Amino acid sequence: MSDILLDIAPSAPVAEPSSFGKRLLRKPLALISMLWLGAVVIGASFASKLAPYDPLDQDLLGVKQYPSAAHWLGTDALGSDIFSRLLYGAWPTITGVAQAVIVAGVLGIGLGVTSGYFGGRFDRWTSQVVDLVLSLPTIVVLLSVLAVFHHDVLAAMVTVGLIGSAGMIRVVRSVTMGVRGELYIEAARISGLTDTSIMIRHVLPRILGPVLVQLSLFAAVTVLIETGISFLGLGVPPPDPSWGGMIADAAVNINDFPWLLVPSGGAAALTILAFGLLGDSARDAAAEGWARPSVAPRRAAAPLATTMPLDFDVAALLSLRGLTLTATGAPRPIVNNFSLDLKPGETLGIVGESGSGKTMTILSLIGLLPRGMHVEVGVMRLAGEIIDLRDESALREQRGHTIGMIFQEPMSALDPCFTVEHHIAEVLHRFEKLSRSQAHARVIELLAQVKIPHPEDVAKKYPHQISGGMAQRVAIARALAPKPKVLLADEPTTALDVTVQSEILELLRSLSLSRGMAVILVTHDWGVVADICDRAAVLYRGDLLECADVVELFHDPKHPYTQALLKSNPHSAPVGAPLPTIQETLARMSGGAA
Amino acid sequence: MFRLVAHRLLTSIPLILVVTFLTFFLNSLAPGDLARTLMQGGGTEEQYQQLRVEMSLDQPVLMQYWRWLSHALTGDLGVSFFTGERVSTLLNGRVGVTLTLMVGVLVVCVVAGLTLGIASALRGGFVGRAIDVLSMMGLIFPSFWVALVFIAIFAVWLGWFPATGYTPFRDNPWAWFIGMVLPVMSVALHSITNVAKQTRDSMIDVMGRDFIRALRAAGLSETSVVMKHALRNAALPVVTVLGTIMVAAIGGAVFVERVFVLPGLGSLAVQAADQSDIALLQGATLYFTLLTVAINLGVDLSYGWLNPKMRLT
Repeated sequence: MSDILLDIAPSAPVAEPSSFGKRLLRKPLALISMLWLGAVVIGASFASKLAPYDPLDQDLLGVKQYPSAAHWLGTDALGSDIFSRLLYGAWPTITGVAQAVIVAGVLGIGLGVTSGYFGGRFDRWTSQVVDLVLSLPTIVVLLSVLAVFHHDVLAAMVTVGLIGSAGMIRVVRSVTMGVRGELYIEAARISGLTDTSIMIRHVLPRILGPVLVQLSLFAAVTVLIETGISFLGLGVPPPDPSWGGMIADAAVNINDFPWLLVPSGGAAALTILAFGLLGDSARDAAAEGWARPSVAPRRAAAPLATTMPLDFDVAALLSLRGLTLTATGAPRPIVNNFSLDLKPGETLGIVGESGSGKTMTILSLIGLLPRGMHVEVGVMRLAGEIIDLRDESALREQRGHTIGMIFQEPMSALDPCFTVEHHIAEVLHRFEKLSRSQAHARVIELLAQVKIPHPEDVAKKYPHQISGGMAQRVAIARALAPKPKVLLADEPTTALDVTVQSEILELLRSLSLSRGMAVILVTHDWGVVADICDRAAVLYRGDLLECADVVELFHDPKHPYTQALLKSNPHSAPVGAPLPTIQETLARMSGGAA
Repeated sequence: MFRLVAHRLLTSIPLILVVTFLTFFLNSLAPGDLARTLMQGGGTEEQYQQLRVEMSLDQPVLMQYWRWLSHALTGDLGVSFFTGERVSTLLNGRVGVTLTLMVGVLVVCVVAGLTLGIASALRGGFVGRAIDVLSMMGLIFPSFWVALVFIAIFAVWLGWFPATGYTPFRDNPWAWFIGMVLPVMSVALHSITNVAKQTRDSMIDVMGRDFIRALRAAGLSETSVVMKHALRNAALPVVTVLGTIMVAAIGGAVFVERVFVLPGLGSLAVQAADQSDIALLQGATLYFTLLTVAINLGVDLSYGWLNPKMRLT
């Protein structure tokens, strides 16, 4: 009993659910940012007590001094103490940021929540205004405001807040719409809470995270703008201290005293950085609310087999030995010790359930395994050449002209940006020296070979203008263009209409016969195997169970799994009865055997 | 495509109207009036009243705006309060410098941004971290401050470039080019990393799509798969980012033209704002807004060029 209890106890300590604020404060970067911002606010508020000198005091005998014990950050061109000017100059920046952030925050939250919660006409109107405001060039509007309200930083920063509120509204609205759809909001409404109290009590806490992120990033931008307008001489009028004005002073003295750039620009940059980091930390803290810790243990690479019997079938076009595929983090191989031989002109089916490793097998033959999949062992002899399947560059050499491939989704196998003709011509040019008109003639010829009606018209079309069956024919034409000896086909008809399916299969069969091209066809459809394959290999959870002539396989399957798989073919189920599945057939068979 | 362009132009009209009306609206809110400001306390009451009538300040705001708008439609933007020159003449003389600056920014962003973005999508690691650090720096340092640091290092200390001033292309193409290097780099610096980041993200996204695997299976070279197919498909969001960068570059031009003493629209607009030269500022506002509209139109047209699906509808 106690064993069972131990078993279900969580193996790792689960993080306690904590509030957004607590998570934020736990982040060192957020804490450092808040400390810096706090210091700037205190420095600006108590500048008259903290500053060692009056910011307007001039000392014409001690101009342009580097930092010293008397002047911590040196003196400017008029001999004023830079540190004192920085402290006093922080005030317009801090108040400016506060003004803009308050305007943007109040408007953004108010209008954003309202229009996201209620939707309807109010929402549509708000969205239109928001779109318009977002396309306003901010600096141009600011210049107009400052032309009318001379040196009025308050007017400028309120304008910045108004323009910034548009972005806020958009964010708050979309978050609110997400929250509104949740069940507990519905429950609160049913239990009789008014809309206002739902918005304040249930919606606001949920949008706190994203709002804080937006506001701190917006604050970073406002610091830039406030220093900017003072730098242009349109904000705080000189000689009153401001960070932007101090940078403008630095500009005047850049030839002989560039040090002036450092304290002023540094203070602005650190403040912007602090707001930016605060926003980033807030985003992370908000995300942790729903994210689970991701665990991705990487399996140590297994020692590679160094010796392997290379008993290739010399008569075969393609002879594969010992293919073993592994996936990062998977306990057992995806494909285990798979071997096959393929004669010229032969069509081999690889059959199995989803996840049996059939697609991975053929992808490894062409060196296109998805990330996280590896060839552990595997050697093939292809058209007389011996290739280690772990050697991707050797496989790349063979792609196209020795071994080609078509895929399950013909539409997504074509680049949406290029025409049908371009797709095929590009491959032709890659492998042969052709003039433009020669290439065009070959494209048309290939399209005709895959039985596309009106090849001249189709050649000009883009992938989105043709049907799935047509796209698969184009993909086949492209694969045929460099005259491959082996064609890999990964469920080439699964995504197509039934009538188109048989046409494509017939086409593959006739191309294989007329060109002496071997085909490996991956499928889970026995009908397809019976139609066009000479031989079939049955794959079950990465193991090759049986590989035999199709007639033999259908009439006398050796392996019990093959028998079960054949029995679960939906085409042979009696009409009206539930379709047999591989699980129940296997169960029935093992029950019968016991 | 035609409908796309028509739609963009139609939706731009409210934007142009709102921005240009803004100045008139603000004027009506201002405590004193402009005529008073311009006379700077001097002049008689009669002269003041006469100036008010001249500037149509005695009429309602909407009427003032209508007068300006109907003249503007015929190409007449009025005269500068200060110099008495025609506003359109002043602006046309300045627009070339600003356009040069913006085209330079665009070229630098495209070339450097795409190179960095593709490199980091394919190689990741070091390039990616470098982009992150650079974009952080671009974000926290104001463009005008960066411009000053560039002057301090490359003009004053190393002497590679002139610190300020502008040489027209016709006078001396080489001096023109050298003089634009630092201004363009100051505006482009943080935009380059924006382009690089977007390129990286959308390249990684596209490289994971099925057709890339199919193109590789068809035997195409990796260069052609990446530089032609993946890049073309990844380009749409990058163009969007380039559009916002160009609009932001208008703002950048206002500051950077001031730092480098370039005779562009931006420095003219700052001067107009400083002197309350409303007619001139109004004209500059119109030009800036038209620039914004042109940028958005350019973005739309490139969408059509890049995405065949949009071209046909």
